[in-house]
Amino acid sequence: MTSTAAPEQIRRRRSLFGTASLHGGWRSAFWFLLPALVGFVAFYLYPALRGLYISFTDWNLIANQGSWVGTDNYERLFNDRQVWESLKITFKYTVINIASQTILAVAIAVLMDRLTKSVTIRGILLLPWLIPNVIVALLWVWMLDGNLGIVNDFLGLFGMDPVRFFTDTGKVIPSLAGINTWRHMGYTALLIFAGLQTIPRSLYEAAAVDGASERQMFRDITIPLLRPILALVLVITIVGSLQVFDTVFVATGGFGGQPGGPANASRVIYLYIYQNAFDFNQLGYAATISVLLVAILLTVTYLQLKLLRAGESDLA
Amino acid sequence: MSKALWRLLAVLCACSLIAAACGGDDDADADAPAATEAPSDGDDMTDEAVSIEYWLWDGNQQPYYEQCAADFEAANPGIDVEITQFGWGDYWTNVTAGFASGSGPDVFTDHLARYPEFVASGVLVPLNDFVDRDGVDAGAYFPGLAELWVDDNGNRYGLPKDFDTIALVMNAAHVADAGLSAADFAGAEWNPDDGGSFGELIRRLSVDANGNTGDSPDFDPDNVEVYGLGLEGNFGAFGQTTFSAFAASTGFEFLDVNPFGDSANYDDPRLAATIDWFARMIEAGYVVPIEDVESLGGTTVFQNGSAAVMADGSWKIGTYIGADTPFDVEFAPLPVGPSGSRASMFNGLADSINTNSEHQEEAWQWVKHMASAECQNVIGEGAVVFPAIPSAADIAIAAHQSNGVDVTAFTVHVDEGTTFLFPITDSASQIEAIVGPAMQEILRGQVDAAERLGQVSDEVNAVLGS
Repeated sequence: MTSTAAPEQIRRRRSLFGTASLHGGWRSAFWFLLPALVGFVAFYLYPALRGLYISFTDWNLIANQGSWVGTDNYERLFNDRQVWESLKITFKYTVINIASQTILAVAIAVLMDRLTKSVTIRGILLLPWLIPNVIVALLWVWMLDGNLGIVNDFLGLFGMDPVRFFTDTGKVIPSLAGINTWRHMGYTALLIFAGLQTIPRSLYEAAAVDGASERQMFRDITIPLLRPILALVLVITIVGSLQVFDTVFVATGGFGGQPGGPANASRVIYLYIYQNAFDFNQLGYAATISVLLVAILLTVTYLQLKLLRAGESDLA
Repeated sequence: MSKALWRLLAVLCACSLIAAACGGDDDADADAPAATEAPSDGDDMTDEAVSIEYWLWDGNQQPYYEQCAADFEAANPGIDVEITQFGWGDYWTNVTAGFASGSGPDVFTDHLARYPEFVASGVLVPLNDFVDRDGVDAGAYFPGLAELWVDDNGNRYGLPKDFDTIALVMNAAHVADAGLSAADFAGAEWNPDDGGSFGELIRRLSVDANGNTGDSPDFDPDNVEVYGLGLEGNFGAFGQTTFSAFAASTGFEFLDVNPFGDSANYDDPRLAATIDWFARMIEAGYVVPIEDVESLGGTTVFQNGSAAVMADGSWKIGTYIGADTPFDVEFAPLPVGPSGSRASMFNGLADSINTNSEHQEEAWQWVKHMASAECQNVIGEGAVVFPAIPSAADIAIAAHQSNGVDVTAFTVHVDEGTTFLFPITDSASQIEAIVGPAMQEILRGQVDAAERLGQVSDEVNAVLGS
């Protein structure tokens, strides 16, 4: 079959490149998209639909089977205090992480844009992002440890008491948010830096001629014209931030701790899903919470894109 | 266009069908040999060796089980045992993944906290028929150990291989510095109100940065060099090495019926009083802060000399007399509580067979060998754990003695009958997730013990009742 189909396809393809009609563009686009589409169906669409199905069952992970329970899991979801508690912790993490990360990233990007064009510095800023999450978490666990950590040694030089970054219920989420800010700010800065390149230099020159200060230029030129890029960056980082898992799992598990601890102070929603699936052997309910998380992520993304008018630019 | 689109969709559908078929194939593979295996079993025995995969988590025991396997293979030329060891955390992840994927080891070391969930999921082979057929004597083990592995339907899922108890491990230098000895601890009594004479000992062993001991009015609880009492780990729901011995010495029991109780007793005021004593002692600087235990691990805190005394399990004896502990240790039994006797959790491991195993008969032969005196004597000579058969346990005690280590502090609980069984429920991990965080709050002094444990009790009983 393939041997007879091949010449026909080649002929068709040749004619496509020749005429470049809208109709033909579809066809060639399909062939180019096919590998990605197969991957999407096999690794995203099918598992997602299966996940949705599992959320309506009492799936037992160990036995790898379950039976239909209708909306039981969803009723349980709305009565489960732990879910809402975990969401609260996740939002707290996201707010701290995104605020610090975005502010630092914009500052770094503007500094890179206005002060230096050094590729080396850009490379160094990107380094933390290139290190795997788990290694970053382990690195900081050692550095921030209340007894052995170098950070506390340093604080000790100034006569400060050791800070229990991961074992104090009030400090664990800010500590985790800080680690991921450190890891992601260079990459985010690079995205914003790319956005800055789209702003015409002439605007700055004109403003400078009119006697505007750097601060005024930042407020009135950079930020408004950066908005579409910022919107994209925020959508990506917020969606990523709401899905935080590995840093929490590794850093709070520590050597003698409990992932999500102390006292559930860092049990983010993804960790609660993990617990249900792999500790409590309740894959069905875990899938239900995952469906809730998807709904939340979709809503957040939609609202953000609407509010920030990401598709439009203020560049006339 | 539509033709190409349909062709594409057809290809995609075909792909997903193939993927589904592949998935289905695995199941079929797992079933098919099982169905055809039985008649050809005899051929397997003669043609080539059947390979039995065995998993365990304790690396210290591995060399002795390798020896058992070598003896077993010599006696059973048709069976080949392959032993794999994983650390505790990875172990259970891998075992669970093995069950979920329809594979996993033929035989694995099982734990009382885990096996009821496996039974509920139908992944363990009941051993009753094998035990009856081969006339294995479940009475050959220390009393109670064999019954722990029988569920409420009377099905047996493991044969005991060892047992463990809890005792105090002491930093000999710290104890001598305070002018104390192991004998002081052996005679100590404890209560949750003022800690009794045990509380006094803990105070005397605590030393602050200025050299003041805990019984001095100048003792600075915020600047402690050596804590009188260490904690082996987070309390968790069952506190095997931490609070359980103290709570049980008040007469507290975890479950209404053990094994497989329908309700837990987390609202027992004696438990609240016990946990509250620990919280107060942490506040006073006599017990290691839970934050340090969570970050470093309790064993490390003890090994770096920051705690004078700590309760821990018999499976850790080797850790304390070995090179990892840079000072001499002594062992002492746990204090006598308000009930008039000491208490130690009594836990034991067993080997279970995976229903996915294609060679259950051979797997059983290996399980039977590990539960036999022949193998348990080998384990006893290794002096790593106490075997479940009394005569083999005596070999372990003698082996320790010839090394100059007195382990009677651990065995006195068995001799005097002051052990209580590990609480067995079919939702241990959920109970752990409810009680563990609450304990962390109480030990940080953030909440009142009685009030918080009251809430915990309702949540736990909701899980057990469902």
